Amino acid sequence: MIDQQDLQLLKTIQHGLPITSRPYAEIGKQIGLNETEVIERIALFMQTGLIKRLGVIVKHQRLGYTANAMVVFDIPDHRVSEVGESISKARFVNLCYQRPRQGKQWPYNLYCMIHGKSREKVCQQLQQLIKSRDLDPYDREILFSKQCFKQRGALYFTPSPSPLSVANG
Amino acid sequence: MDDTDKAIINYLQKGFPICESPYQLVSEQLGIPEAELLQRLQKLLDEGTLSRFGPMYHAEAMGGALTLAAIKAPEQQFDEIAEIINRFPEVAHNYQRNHDLNLWFVIATESSDRIQEVIQSIEEQTRLQVYNMPKCKEYFVQLQLEA
Repeated sequence: MIDQQDLQLLKTIQHGLPITSRPYAEIGKQIGLNETEVIERIALFMQTGLIKRLGVIVKHQRLGYTANAMVVFDIPDHRVSEVGESISKARFVNLCYQRPRQGKQWPYNLYCMIHGKSREKVCQQLQQLIKSRDLDPYDREILFSKQCFKQRGALYFTPSPSPLSVANG
Repeated sequence: MDDTDKAIINYLQKGFPICESPYQLVSEQLGIPEAELLQRLQKLLDEGTLSRFGPMYHAEAMGGALTLAAIKAPEQQFDEIAEIINRFPEVAHNYQRNHDLNLWFVIATESSDRIQEVIQSIEEQTRLQVYNMPKCKEYFVQLQLEA
């Protein structure tokens, strides 16, 4: 269980870590914890999975990644974990999830996102993925995004209502 | 953005040390002075190449819930439907994609019960079926986007 100080800490770092030589000491100063306590608590958040990752979140467009593809596969249930593990290791796969099929209309159970610098490049990368993982026998579709209506950053602690969010949808 | 900036971005997408002098450690790995790392990182944030430098929380572990949903919006009502969906504060992302299922959005709420309520409201307001595809499993990806 997280206590009030944990909550305070999570709130303080949600917008970013201080960019100074001793960032954890700096955070501690703001909320009345010492450097060691901050380090121990954040390490525990990582261990328990409350924090998935600590690091930078890039803006796709700024790095030239303008083609955004969601690729979906219909993989037999007994193979889906193995295939998921395997495709998530490809350098150009940015997210990989297993999701429930939606009947005959949408029989896909494995999703991955490929952000690429052009549609051609993304299609090439997908072909490479299919070939190297022997995925050709399985049905698939590639859905490019045409328009992004809304993309909110991660905000976990806001005045009500308090929405949760993800990066890189 | 030069090669050093790219190296910083790629390195820091994989993680950040949790120790007294984390930037010092990263700068040694990258072979640049710590002061230069701090200065470059600040600049990348200021100019908007990076949207954030900090934690990515696990929604479910924080007690919240997330799902990916999609809808088949008929062409002639497309804008109207997209607008209805965007009005929900629980909708975090909303993308138009080239498929019959042409609107794909992420619903993020404080509790899992609330996901169902939001889906129901969207169905009532749009009079369309919402396909709900919560994740069963996430596969770990190390580097998000190579700079």
